[in-house]
Amino acid sequence: MSDIAIKAESLSKEYFIGQTNVAYSTLRDTIVSAVSSPFKKAKALMKGHAYGAANLQESIWALKTISFEVNKGEVVGIIGQNGAGKTTLLKILSRITEPTEGKVRIYGRVGALLEVGTGFHSELTGRENIYLNGAILGMRKFEIDQKFDEIVAFAEIEKFMDTPVKFYSSGMYVRLAFAVAAHLEPEILLVDEVLAVGDVAFQKKCLGKMEDVAKEGRTVLFVSHRMGAIRNLCSRAIMLNQGHIELSGSVEKVVHEYLTFAYKKDSAFTSQVEEYEGSRDKDVRIVGFQARAIDAKGGHPRTGVGAEFLIDYAGRARKRVGRLYVGIAVKDILDSGVFFCSTNMKRSDFYDAPPRGRVICKIDSLPLVPGRYRVDIKLIDHETGGGYMAASASFDVGDSVDSGVNRYASHKFGNIIAPHEWMLKELEEAET
Amino acid sequence: MIILEPSRGWVGLKLQDIWEYRELLYFLVWRDVKVRYKQTVLGAAWAILQPFLTMVVFTIFFGKMAKIGSDGLPYPIFSYAGLLPWTFFAQGLTQSSNSLVSSANLIRKVYFPRLIIPLSSVLAGVVDFLLAFTVLLGMMAWYQLTPSAPIVLFPLLLVLALITSVGVGLWFSALNVQFRDIRYALPFFVQIWLFLTPVIYPTSRVVSLLEEVGLPGWLVGLNPMAGVVEGFRWSLLGTATNPASILLTSTIVATSLFVSGVFYFKRLEKTFADVV
Repeated sequence: MSDIAIKAESLSKEYFIGQTNVAYSTLRDTIVSAVSSPFKKAKALMKGHAYGAANLQESIWALKTISFEVNKGEVVGIIGQNGAGKTTLLKILSRITEPTEGKVRIYGRVGALLEVGTGFHSELTGRENIYLNGAILGMRKFEIDQKFDEIVAFAEIEKFMDTPVKFYSSGMYVRLAFAVAAHLEPEILLVDEVLAVGDVAFQKKCLGKMEDVAKEGRTVLFVSHRMGAIRNLCSRAIMLNQGHIELSGSVEKVVHEYLTFAYKKDSAFTSQVEEYEGSRDKDVRIVGFQARAIDAKGGHPRTGVGAEFLIDYAGRARKRVGRLYVGIAVKDILDSGVFFCSTNMKRSDFYDAPPRGRVICKIDSLPLVPGRYRVDIKLIDHETGGGYMAASASFDVGDSVDSGVNRYASHKFGNIIAPHEWMLKELEEAET
Repeated sequence: MIILEPSRGWVGLKLQDIWEYRELLYFLVWRDVKVRYKQTVLGAAWAILQPFLTMVVFTIFFGKMAKIGSDGLPYPIFSYAGLLPWTFFAQGLTQSSNSLVSSANLIRKVYFPRLIIPLSSVLAGVVDFLLAFTVLLGMMAWYQLTPSAPIVLFPLLLVLALITSVGVGLWFSALNVQFRDIRYALPFFVQIWLFLTPVIYPTSRVVSLLEEVGLPGWLVGLNPMAGVVEGFRWSLLGTATNPASILLTSTIVATSLFVSGVFYFKRLEKTFADVV
């Protein structure tokens, strides 16, 4: 039992929101309600109800019967879309707010970073704010004394320690705030999306600091929308969706599922083309996109099976297109490029193309690991110069039994399966 | 191990929690003191000027023009000795009543016993009080008033003013989270309370008024600040009155305000982060 750090049992949190509209039928009702409601409110208040002066009767469950365990030394990422309940969960674990139902057992001292620079006072100097902020985050004075130099060095603002922080640039302010927070050393650390501060170099430093914390064997719960950071730091992840635990497991699996899930929710992605860029006088427009397998089964493109991308376009004013260029960039769901094909690459721009047409890009054997991909498409009439049109769409790559590959590599190691063979040759003993 | 679960009804006070966070209390008081007169020309002199100038105005209007009695003391020192605890009380009450709302950001983002917030805003006033107190000592030397034996009770009177201020401040700050009406009602409320407290006029006048209609004089102590003000004059300036019964009444009232305030505050504490 001693290796458990956090154990949550059917945790729920209800928030009162909005206001129910009571229809007043008569003037008398309105007056009666106006007179009696302060008393009702006062009565509710004496009972310790949360909604106070606002007439909040509608409620939402920000968290609903969440149960999970976190072991000591584990670094767990919490992901989910906005409103999934991530911050509510951290607020309950850090004792800021009480759960409505359920129970959490926490074994160890908890430190929470829901925001950097909480309690900073603009009139106080950097030095004074370090002590104040440290105390607010739960550090003891002797701890702050010990780490003071380290904090100042980390923030890189030695020269301005005795300047009121209201004269700091926003970058300096944030660096100082993060520096204090980063030196908090509780047994269990709860971190909300706070790493996105400062310039790129400082962000790297912050991530590095978080990695150190994770390596020191402390228990960390880390909320972030940045999947890269989650994948780097965490070993396990929990995906929340509308107050429920949607999935919990290895970070690779959960992150991948989350991204796929996030794109699926986006209805624009059912291979429908969404215009997002284009010149004012679009000479050609993309009107359709499709990705499909070209074996007997048809349907979704599948790994190791021939596939084709179909791009339908329509020219303006039924004019033939002088020189049609088409390029497609396939990206993974983290938005990094996987491969790129273009007519230019193959020296096969289409000259004197019909006003309406379907461009087909054929790939003999699709080398993609199963999963969801995005595609950015670009169409340009090179003759009229400029006048291009871009669109993006997405497609799924399915599993295939006849792909000749037994187990697909994880997305962690890449999205491409290069056509390859394995063989073994015995080497002769080297002759001297 | 900490167990977090919903609490129901009246909850325990968990005073050891506050002890645990005593350093934060210290830092918040220190912050309030440091920040209070930042970016002012006169700085901490304001702590002295406020009661002092009020005393001057009172002396002109109430002492000279209205000729309100002052228990045989010179009116300036009579009113100043009343204004001193009153200013401490009124400032503490105002600051603490608004403290939770103005610390909303802290409450939403960090855990600590919320009781520390109103407590620190009252305690920060002690520094102002001590500064203004030096003026009273100066005035005592000027009027050649030497305190007698009751002066040993003086620190207890400060504690009484503190308890009253915190007690009412706890009620108001917790209510203010839910009902922002408090913010608007407060200045008016404090003003009325000033007139109900024998700052401008002597307690002996109220006592004799009460006795005329056949009521016991200690009733004046139901206003705990009446006990504090009267106690100040008695212990420091040696007024001839013997306010023991008034002081006792005030102590009982102040203590019950404080204790009920703490319990009410603790009961609502869990809702602060969601409502503020």
